[in-house]
Amino acid sequence: MSRSFVKKSMVTLPASGIRKFFDMANTIRGVISLGVGEPDFVTPWHIREASVYALEKGYTNYTSNCGLEELRREISNYLLRRYQVEYDYTGEIIVTVGASEAIDIALRSVLDPGDEVIIPEPCFVSYKPCTVMAGGVFKTIPTREEDYFKLKPEDLEKAITPNSKVLLMSYPNNPTGTIMTGRELEQIARIAKEHDLLVITDEIYSELTYTGNHVSIASIPGMKERTILINGFSKSYAMTGWRIGYVAAPEEIAVAMLKIHQYTIMCAPVMGQMAAVEALKNGMEAVNKMTEQYDQRRNLIVNGLRRIGLPCFEPKGAFYAFPSIKETGLSSREFCENLLYEEKVAVVPGDAFGRCGEGYIRCSYAASVEQISEALDRMERFVRQNAACLKTSGMAT
Amino acid sequence: MVEDLKVRLLHALEQNHRIATKTLALMLNVEETKIQEIINELEDVKVILGYVTLIDWEKTGHNDKVTAMIDVQVTPQRDVGFDVIAARISRFPEVKSVYLMSGGYDLSVMVEGTSLKQVAFFVSEKLATLENVQSTATHFVLKKYKQNGIIFDDHKKDHRLVISP
Ligand SMILES: Cc1ncc(COP(=O)(O)O)c(C=O)c1O
Repeated sequence: MSRSFVKKSMVTLPASGIRKFFDMANTIRGVISLGVGEPDFVTPWHIREASVYALEKGYTNYTSNCGLEELRREISNYLLRRYQVEYDYTGEIIVTVGASEAIDIALRSVLDPGDEVIIPEPCFVSYKPCTVMAGGVFKTIPTREEDYFKLKPEDLEKAITPNSKVLLMSYPNNPTGTIMTGRELEQIARIAKEHDLLVITDEIYSELTYTGNHVSIASIPGMKERTILINGFSKSYAMTGWRIGYVAAPEEIAVAMLKIHQYTIMCAPVMGQMAAVEALKNGMEAVNKMTEQYDQRRNLIVNGLRRIGLPCFEPKGAFYAFPSIKETGLSSREFCENLLYEEKVAVVPGDAFGRCGEGYIRCSYAASVEQISEALDRMERFVRQNAACLKTSGMAT
Repeated sequence: MVEDLKVRLLHALEQNHRIATKTLALMLNVEETKIQEIINELEDVKVILGYVTLIDWEKTGHNDKVTAMIDVQVTPQRDVGFDVIAARISRFPEVKSVYLMSGGYDLSVMVEGTSLKQVAFFVSEKLATLENVQSTATHFVLKKYKQNGIIFDDHKKDHRLVISP
């Protein structure tokens, strides 16, 4: 027998909790899925067309490591126009292979062994593993439904230790759909300054807010120098498959990130970058149209979930609802598995996004109105059936 | 507020009039009875004129219809302009749509019939002979690619994974 060649820490690193569930859902036919973390829209045609045109003109080469100058300039303009943050396109912006790569290089360029990263949960699945792979240690903060899953300043303060270096957060949030207002972010910013923390803010859902404008923590005075801002095209422009995102940071950090990026990635694909330029130049109308659709589906799913007896706070961003299933007496996993097998509706167990997500499920409303309505009907039947079982088993004991 | 609701309701119905009022109520955050009330009112005042279904007859094998777009030049009449003649043309059941156009001709008339001959006959006998009609130019439709914002052979498919983070 030969020895295992795999690095020890990779053996112990857990695989994504979503993966297992995916394998299960994938074997069943006729599933209506509210389990998808990406838009159901296809990339707007004018953006696809720009990429086709780029290919026809022979843009098949590398770009500069940090991305096409035109794209970085558009990103810089966009960030200033939409979120009042100023980044120099010549040294503070890097175009990445999705926000995913941006998260990775941000953590790898700032963490020394043992540095602590504070992560409010529930959160996107890559934050903890990326922290570990970068040699850091994560410290999670559970958030609560009664606080709309927002990060509370007092919880943040309690989590800080002398080793704390980074606060990694994402609003609008996946999986809860919660947002943080400017005022709430100011309190977080004050603590970050007080304890000399760096904030890595993943704002990939920034365009998908429904009750007012998104505020970036980087726009709060004194924060830009201690913030790494991550954003991208996947969600707002329905461009998940293109793999284009970006990261903006003070030059010193950007230089460090660019080293990792240039040695491991070289550059993001040029056709995607050309499409992203078109998205930023002329994509706002399409974004607004999609947001309008999401907003109506958001009402549909939240009202619908409440009606069938699954309490759900109002998610003000992204495209997820995060209802409580505690009253069913089932765990998140049981709920999702039974729902999948009995009614062929796929949703994601909340605990895949952190332990405090137990008792909740993530329902994506990046699905058509017909699909959402049908899924709600099936879930209603499931919840009723389950309640009836609960009652009879309760009588038996 | 109510105006805004009306507009959003109309946009939703324009895309798909088969959405249940129950669903519309949840989507637009109002009572189901309110939705029904507004729809009734919009039907009464003829803002909502009808609900039609877009069918790809080619696929059914029962496509026995011929469609033609006809450019019509007319002499506008004093006081009423094009309205009276346009209304008159609209009355023929063979006529599916009538638009007043800018540019080289005045009315664009869509006519449907069961054969080339029948359509040609309608144009020469009924349309061209109307008083005030100066000339017609008939273009037969050979194939439909897109209608009412819907592409006929879109091969639209959800390529996404069932579950993703
Ligand atoms: C919070 C969050 N960050 C990052 C990503 C990854 O985005 P990208 O496609 O840009 O890598 C996702 C995708 O699901 C997400 O939900």
